[in-house]
Amino acid sequence: MNGSRLRLGFLAAAAGMLLGLLLPLSAEAAPLLPARPLPLVLTIAAALLFALAAGLRGAGGVAPGLAGVLCGAAATLALLRDPGIAGSAAAGFWLMVAAVWLAAALCVMRLAAIRSRSLSARRLLDLAVPLLFGAVVFYLWEVLVRGFGVPPVLLPSPSAAAARFAASLPILWQDFVQTFIRGVLIGYVIGCGAGLLVAIVANRFAFLGRGLLPLGNFFSALPLVGVAPIMVMWFGFDWPSKAAVVVLVTFFPMLVNALAGLAAAGHVERDLMRSYGADYRQTLTKLYLPAALPFIFNALKINATLALIGAIVAEFFGTPTLGIGFRISTEAGRMAIDMVWAEIALAAIAGMAFYGLVALAERATTFWHPSYRT
Amino acid sequence: MTNSAMAVAAPRRRALHGHPLLDRLVPIATIVLALIAIWYVAAVLMNMALVRDAFEREETPYTASELIAGTMEAERPLLPAPHQVIAAFVDSVFGYPLNAPRSLVYHSAVTLSATLLGFVLGALLGIALALMIVHSRVLEKSLLPWIICSQMVPILALAPIFIVVLGALGLQGLLPKSIISAYLSFFPVTIGMVKGFTSPDPMQLDLMRTWSATPAQVLTKLRWPAAVPYLFAGLKVAITISLIGAIVAELPTGGEAGIGARLLAGSYYGQTVQIWSALLAAAILASALIGLVGLAERVVGRQMGTRP
Repeated sequence: MNGSRLRLGFLAAAAGMLLGLLLPLSAEAAPLLPARPLPLVLTIAAALLFALAAGLRGAGGVAPGLAGVLCGAAATLALLRDPGIAGSAAAGFWLMVAAVWLAAALCVMRLAAIRSRSLSARRLLDLAVPLLFGAVVFYLWEVLVRGFGVPPVLLPSPSAAAARFAASLPILWQDFVQTFIRGVLIGYVIGCGAGLLVAIVANRFAFLGRGLLPLGNFFSALPLVGVAPIMVMWFGFDWPSKAAVVVLVTFFPMLVNALAGLAAAGHVERDLMRSYGADYRQTLTKLYLPAALPFIFNALKINATLALIGAIVAEFFGTPTLGIGFRISTEAGRMAIDMVWAEIALAAIAGMAFYGLVALAERATTFWHPSYRT
Repeated sequence: MTNSAMAVAAPRRRALHGHPLLDRLVPIATIVLALIAIWYVAAVLMNMALVRDAFEREETPYTASELIAGTMEAERPLLPAPHQVIAAFVDSVFGYPLNAPRSLVYHSAVTLSATLLGFVLGALLGIALALMIVHSRVLEKSLLPWIICSQMVPILALAPIFIVVLGALGLQGLLPKSIISAYLSFFPVTIGMVKGFTSPDPMQLDLMRTWSATPAQVLTKLRWPAAVPYLFAGLKVAITISLIGAIVAELPTGGEAGIGARLLAGSYYGQTVQIWSALLAAAILASALIGLVGLAERVVGRQMGTRP
């Protein structure tokens, strides 16, 4: 995307905002934009900022462009508070939304095109670009749902789900403790620990290793969450059955990856340990395990997602009356979709935080690995 | 993974010498036999109390061998013995007409069709996303992090909601399940193909430029062939995860068809043997599907002239 086309895009966005002043905002009889002081000011400000962004070259246009996007988004959201517009928005309104979208896309393009030399600036950009992209997606979701008046039973707006999230924090916290702290974490620790231990034993006795690796590969490809009903039958409705499913689901990926990792130590290093007269325990802790760490972390990351899925699916087969999976299925049955989305958000946040923590631990312990040294 | 198998096998002691195939199969067979033995012992131990109660309720005297024989034949055991599972499996596969609701073939076919449709949709979506990401720096920077994030969210757990919502929209049957499968299976394909499309080294790309190749030519003549191994690696993960998605998506449809519905019905009515035979069907389905992808990989590899 070259400079002149970017400029043209910003000019089009400015024109779109200004056209919103003239066209009808709603299919029903609603006052036009000039009759509403706050949205009017915001719209004009956005149009001016877009024009300014079009005038500036290179990275300079990003700041006014983003400010304009903020003003435009605020204007459309302020308009949606009018019940005459929400649900029956018309050409003028959608033109403004399209203009905001266009300008935001142009900003993302400009940001992505910046090639900075300093490392910290690059990191900041790598964070800012996807965040901005995500914010635009959420904005469009909100505006489209409210503008078209999509029934909340089908898809609630993000703001409604967020309000529900904030209003039911105690319930969410209980569900979080039940599903995540009890089911997922306990099962994860046991499953990954057992997988690692068996891998160490299998690495020591080659016969066992040659038998276990193909079987482990086979089992980790099976739909193991299907054992959930059996575990519920064996361990009861409470968290132990969920933890058992998580143990089973996380065991095989860890076994397979740890076996591969323990075999990753090179011959030269092994010979070196032998020339030091190291016994097996020393070789294990000082050579095999550190060399296997990248593989083990790979399994830990795969398992972080698998564990959460396993626990939630197991809850569909029976729970005491709490837990993320239980809440999702009952609230979906009651058509309280905003609560469902609040639980989804909870699960998403928990999943990402879990994954992020594992990734951070990986950075801290495998900083020596070539994939981090670049 | 076969490479790592070799690596594990490397430091072995000189215990067994023989045909290489024998060398590979003996350890596997040993462990499988050990697992089956453990299973039998566990079945005896876990069902013992159940059977003893039954005997004592009828107040018939019993011997230890009768007790053990009883644990193998209980109707609703805590853990059915392997031969019970296999008998139930064979019965439900061959004992009923193919379209009877008690036939496991029928349920497997329902799940299989959702799995395959979802797999095809997911693979196409995955390849399309990878193409877009490789050709646009903006998308690589803005979309790729979200694709990765999307998989940290326990999507599978949301499958039932999806089904409920799509059902409210009037979409029922195969498509909602396939959408879940597709959502799950596009990810490994996308990640693999992004890696694959960018795997040609700069020298080769430079060579294409000296020939003034168009982007389409670079894609079809260099990037695509280079990405094929990555494609199959991604497809193998995608097809297993697609099967899992289809099974979990069947859970909320309770009384209807599919392996997942079979699992749920079995857990409602305490029919453990039925659950286990459904699990066996899922396992066979999973290995057959992976085998098919592996076969396709070998055929395509031979056509492209790569050495196995």
